[in-house]
Amino acid sequence: MSHISENGVKKICEICDRYANENTPLMMILSDIQNEYGYIPLDVQQIVSQKTGISVAEIYGVVTFYSFFSLEPKGKYVIGCCLGTACYVKGAQQIIDKFSEIIGIKPGQTSGDGLFTLDALRCIGACGIAPAVTINGKVYPKMTVDQVSKIVDEYRAMGGAQ
Amino acid sequence: MAKINIKIEGVPYEVEAGQTILEAAKACGYEIPSLCAFNHGECSNGSCRVCLVEATGARGLVASCVYPVSEGMEITISSPKAVAARRASVELLLSNHNQNCQQCDKNGKCELLHVATITGAREGKFQGSKTPTTYDDLTPSIVRDTSKCILCGRCVARCQNAHGMGILGFENRGFKTVVGPAENRSMANSPCILCGQCVSVCPTGALMEKSEIDKVDAAIAAGKHVVVQTAPAVRAALGEEFGMPVGTAVTGKMVAALKRLGFTKVYDTDFGADLTIMEEGTELLHRLQNGGVLPMITSCSPGWVNYAEYNYGDLLPHLSTCKSPHQMQGAIIKSYYAEKNGIDPKDIFAVSIMPCTAKKFEKERDVMEVNGIRDVDAVLTTRELAKMIKRAGIRFDKLPDEDYDHDIMGDYTGAGVIFGVTGGVMEAALRTVYYVLTGKEHDAIKFEAVRGLEGLREASIEINGQTINVAIANGMKNAKVLLDEIREGKSKYQFIEIMGCPGGCINGGGQPIVRSCFLPNEDNDILDTYRQKRANALYSEDERQVLRQSHNNPQIQELYKNFLGEPNSHKAHELLHTTYAAREGFND
Repeated sequence: MSHISENGVKKICEICDRYANENTPLMMILSDIQNEYGYIPLDVQQIVSQKTGISVAEIYGVVTFYSFFSLEPKGKYVIGCCLGTACYVKGAQQIIDKFSEIIGIKPGQTSGDGLFTLDALRCIGACGIAPAVTINGKVYPKMTVDQVSKIVDEYRAMGGAQ
Repeated sequence: MAKINIKIEGVPYEVEAGQTILEAAKACGYEIPSLCAFNHGECSNGSCRVCLVEATGARGLVASCVYPVSEGMEITISSPKAVAARRASVELLLSNHNQNCQQCDKNGKCELLHVATITGAREGKFQGSKTPTTYDDLTPSIVRDTSKCILCGRCVARCQNAHGMGILGFENRGFKTVVGPAENRSMANSPCILCGQCVSVCPTGALMEKSEIDKVDAAIAAGKHVVVQTAPAVRAALGEEFGMPVGTAVTGKMVAALKRLGFTKVYDTDFGADLTIMEEGTELLHRLQNGGVLPMITSCSPGWVNYAEYNYGDLLPHLSTCKSPHQMQGAIIKSYYAEKNGIDPKDIFAVSIMPCTAKKFEKERDVMEVNGIRDVDAVLTTRELAKMIKRAGIRFDKLPDEDYDHDIMGDYTGAGVIFGVTGGVMEAALRTVYYVLTGKEHDAIKFEAVRGLEGLREASIEINGQTINVAIANGMKNAKVLLDEIREGKSKYQFIEIMGCPGGCINGGGQPIVRSCFLPNEDNDILDTYRQKRANALYSEDERQVLRQSHNNPQIQELYKNFLGEPNSHKAHELLHTTYAAREGFND
């Protein structure tokens, strides 16, 4: 547990305290940590365990069950390609393959420069605009393979600025 | 409870309202195949689908383990639809199972194989890819093999219920799901206390003790001087492995079997228990009279010691410095016994038969040796001993009753016997402390106030005008209550006994597996009663002893006179006491 700074521990504890009166606070705590830090490593889970009394194994189980949570730091821009049924029949596989090819990472991975994470998502409920891609929450409707490289270039141009 | 009327297989029955179909059917004399009925509420997920039946008023087939009975319900277990569905459920479980039944140590006590047999499930009906296997044998105590795991979650529930720890959990999702410590890491790199409670509820061979039978075989084959000792709780349960009623004490037959298995000497760990009382009782009196760290906590249970080192590093000075009885006895075997018999301690191989998986770890602790000589060389569980007996072709029930070797450490008292049940160490200690403080024996001998199987108990004992407040906890969930009190400076106790397993050693992680389906002659409520039955076996052996206080054991008196000097002497400390150190749970 030595990997986390004193300040870091304090912040995680603060997040846990936000939900001290909830009966089942785990999802809310983990969501906040994910949103604020971008990932939830085991060290952090141990702090949450001590604060809440929920076992580390159970917390780890929740973190690995939901694809929203991540054990590894995610890239600055998280590209989510929907591979749900509607998007898939509309060619989503070719789109995710193109992202893969251009950025040089497989789905689930983060690029070496820390800029991009590529995620394959199951249905995100946007079947009407299939195939859909989200990047940090921004939705790109009716994607085509040709658009991919332009979008990647735009984000590369923004770089670390966001 | 209100009664309601139902029909099973067309036959009318009156059953208790609020029961599940599975419970009601069991009470009416039916066995619906299931993987949880034997397990007493530690699974209510209804996810395995092995217990599907037809019931009127329900849509489709229902999982009888979670579906409640209702007035007028007609239940059909034997319809072709239900039979086929149950078989398919088991076949699906088998499709992601390694199916090496012949090589599996659980064979004979495997619930999956049992339900496969009664549902007529065929191996290999559904072929496909399998979840990647994790095989973890890095701890000296427990082996986890996920290729046999059916993801029922009973181990997860038991760890939570007994200890409030939850070392094991479900992780990942769908086909990749495994049950294990966080990150699917080894139990060796987790704060697991190795008590083996998960092993005792696992329906398959996914969690098993790490066998040391080979080590013992090798020592016997090499012509070593192999000395064996048996823990108190072993005699209260070993008979179950040979079809004897739960609660049968089999001390004499067990000794007879060990003698036939090629052990040179067969001793009772109760001698070590008596020795522990002399050392621990003296330590307690010393702490009471000299303002030592109080409350003092017993240190016989290696599961509890592991828990303390992982979670309460700041409270370790409260633990008695005494080694556990079998480690003490091992140290005495390799010193006093060796000296008396003119044997080089290096030629002695000390084996302990224990109801415990954590003892396997305990004997490996760095501090469990004296001058480079390990106290104990191998620890076998009660189950492993049963395997050795069966393998040797010995008909256990036909054996005569034989006596332990008695030459220099065979004698034991009733105080040593009751170590195997929660409250027993406390009672044994009180018998001796009473004598030391008053100069006479406690008239009643027994201290009823400290008996019982509840997880947390307390009592106040008047001795010579002095009140000693004591508490007893079994299961770490209960221990935590007492430990937190100490941490907050609110503890009113002078002496605390803590045992790792619920009920104490009689219910240790190395004891025979208790399942209704493998105990056809026991009552339906055996899962409620087996602990008390095993405890009674020990208490009645105590009653039968002429000597019932550790300090009256003549061979213990001789040991002090001829070898150790007095309790807590320099030599006693060197051989019989140990140290503890705080440890980090997730240590990598």
